[in-house]
Amino acid sequence: MTVTGKKVRVVVAMSGGVDSSVAAALLVQQGYEVIGIMLRLWAEEGNNTYGAPNSNRCCAPEAVADARAIAQGLGIPFYDIHAESIFKQRVVDPWIDAYADAVTPNPCFNCNRSIRFGFLMQRALAIGAEFLATGHYARVEHTPGEPGALSAPYRLLKGLDAKKDQSYVLHVLGQRDLARAMFPCGRFTKPEVRELARRFGLPTAERAESQDLCFLTQGDYRGFLARQAPDIAQPGPILTASGAEIGTHDGLPHYTVGQRKGLNISPHSASSEPLYVLKLDPAHNALIVGPASQLGEREAFVRAMHYCSDATPTEPIRCTAKVRYKAKEADCTLTPLPDGGARVVFDEPQRDATPGQGLVAYDGDAVIGGGLIARQR
Amino acid sequence: MQNSSRNGIYLDYSATTPVAPEVFEAMQPYFTATFGNASSTHGFGRDAAAALDEAHTVVGCAIGARASEITFTGCGTESDNLALRGVAFAARKNGRGNHLISSQIEHHAVEGTVHQLHDLFGFDITMLPVDGCGRVDPADVRRAIRPDTILVSVMLGNNEVGTMQAVSEIGRVCREGGVLFHTDAVQCPAYMPIDVNELNVDLLALSSHKFYGPKGSGVLYMRDGTPYIPVLTGGGHERGRRPGTVSVANAVGTAAALKYVSGQRNEQAARLSQLRDRLIAGVLANAPDARVSGHPTDRMPHHASFVFKGIDGETLQMALDVEGIAVSTGSACTSGNPEPSPVLLAMGIPAEWALGGLRITLGYHTTQEEIDTVIATLPRCVEQVRKVALEFA
Repeated sequence: MTVTGKKVRVVVAMSGGVDSSVAAALLVQQGYEVIGIMLRLWAEEGNNTYGAPNSNRCCAPEAVADARAIAQGLGIPFYDIHAESIFKQRVVDPWIDAYADAVTPNPCFNCNRSIRFGFLMQRALAIGAEFLATGHYARVEHTPGEPGALSAPYRLLKGLDAKKDQSYVLHVLGQRDLARAMFPCGRFTKPEVRELARRFGLPTAERAESQDLCFLTQGDYRGFLARQAPDIAQPGPILTASGAEIGTHDGLPHYTVGQRKGLNISPHSASSEPLYVLKLDPAHNALIVGPASQLGEREAFVRAMHYCSDATPTEPIRCTAKVRYKAKEADCTLTPLPDGGARVVFDEPQRDATPGQGLVAYDGDAVIGGGLIARQR
Repeated sequence: MQNSSRNGIYLDYSATTPVAPEVFEAMQPYFTATFGNASSTHGFGRDAAAALDEAHTVVGCAIGARASEITFTGCGTESDNLALRGVAFAARKNGRGNHLISSQIEHHAVEGTVHQLHDLFGFDITMLPVDGCGRVDPADVRRAIRPDTILVSVMLGNNEVGTMQAVSEIGRVCREGGVLFHTDAVQCPAYMPIDVNELNVDLLALSSHKFYGPKGSGVLYMRDGTPYIPVLTGGGHERGRRPGTVSVANAVGTAAALKYVSGQRNEQAARLSQLRDRLIAGVLANAPDARVSGHPTDRMPHHASFVFKGIDGETLQMALDVEGIAVSTGSACTSGNPEPSPVLLAMGIPAEWALGGLRITLGYHTTQEEIDTVIATLPRCVEQVRKVALEFA
């Protein structure tokens, strides 16, 4: 644990929640010099004109107080630092832009890349830390060896709790990031982490999980988009795959592939079977719908494929991949393309391969890499 | 730091100071033994009222004012708020003008109040620029005064960069122009005598915890005859200027703290300015691309502030804290990312330097050994922050 007699310094990204709190406690127990940092992230509600704070769910005043209390209890320094504007610029704005472009984005990728392992990592290293730890359910394995597409000194592995595994949102990390990353919760299941929290006497042991995007402070993302970018949702036609107009949609950003609810189909043209969103066609501002039987594609393209090994494979790879955080992994062949993209052909059609979402490829438990699903090649 | 429950070097005396033991002792009877409400008619109340009267007198004497001109408030921010709002509202009521003048380097307590008076209450405002050292030119004040100007507010010693303003001269200009003059003197009493007549002010704000008194306690000096409307409404406490039961303990503590600092501030100022100069010389000699912000000589004696090219003060401050050295960025960081300080930008410091504000403020307990530790540690931290920044550039 000690290098030249000094404790190894680790910064833990704290949210006041149970996972990051347990991560901090575990590292303290393991003998590291631990420092807690909480990022103040942008949120829509409120204003700062006279000093009233915004309230992102990740860093609401109660969450800051919780995290500070936990840090105080562990006897570690704690800082909450402002990252509102960089978060807005690197995470929220691109997320809005993606909806304007009629794809379905996942803001966690940019957040992990630019905020946690960018903005925060820089500050962690700047204050003399050697590692940045988070509460993610994932693992890093260090096996010095030949660098290659599937093997690299640092491999990102799934968390041991299959239900909670968060390696999907961490696929953006490369060797430099992984070499400095710690995920202390990845070796445990969620119930075990809750039990650890109880054993450590952490007050957040019973706290409920947060599900929604942290910067949505009221209701769903559609209302948020309507307030933040009112122009991007324009009504347009709902078409069948054969081009028949059967209704009007209220703006492509309100829909995603596979969606069934909220389709405004004219009663007289309603088909006997339920209709789903097949495709968003921004060129014609059209929503293409069809029955479940028309959903699903075997082929998906990724425009910019990132490999956690930092090395692009030279040959097609047999692997598994998932097309959404909650999607099932499926067998596929991934072929790297000369332009840095990848073509992925699944053995079976994938229902929810949606432009803008992440496709993440796995070699067993190890993340090979991933990228955003493109609308077309 | 003596008696502190935490080890480490405290160099953030402009943020707050520990209550001096004799101040603490003076306050103690007013929590339990002499607990009465100073507004009560009975004996318990009279005991409290006598102590409160005495505190008004002592505080008044300490700053060249009459007891009747002293109002105890909840903090320095409140004192600033009451001064600006109370005067502005009185002018509004009397139809005596609609224009306020302040500067671009005021503390948020003044800056936020002036802006709210503009945004929500329709007052015209002029925010005067400053020079590269952070100083307001009294000639600019003279030029900005209009027939409808009611009040000028310029601080005495700047919290972020330490610069002293030509308050006495600005006060003279205001008097000639027939407008009221307020100064936020919160940073100063521990290091220099405050005299409201020498300063030519009509209103002045103090905060007890900046001079070894209690937190939650401020003073508003208001020259007798100043048109004023109470901002809080309620009972007749503090001659109706600040309704709300007065904390006699805080008032007594404030008086005791002013006595405590007036007995030693000249000696301390001389000692601290030497240590401060040693610190500045040591940092500039050992950290490349570092500058002093604010005025090189006409600054508060305990105050050193720096900017470092290309790095943000917040990170540097954390790096120092991790090493056991408590300092400040000098400004409340409100937006992050890191954004340049408005005060530094107003002084014309380029944005790539204005991220790096770091404030080191010394106090009565500061030792040379502590300063030498900072001289050894700070340049190392600066180098580390810069090295990492290169990788993330």
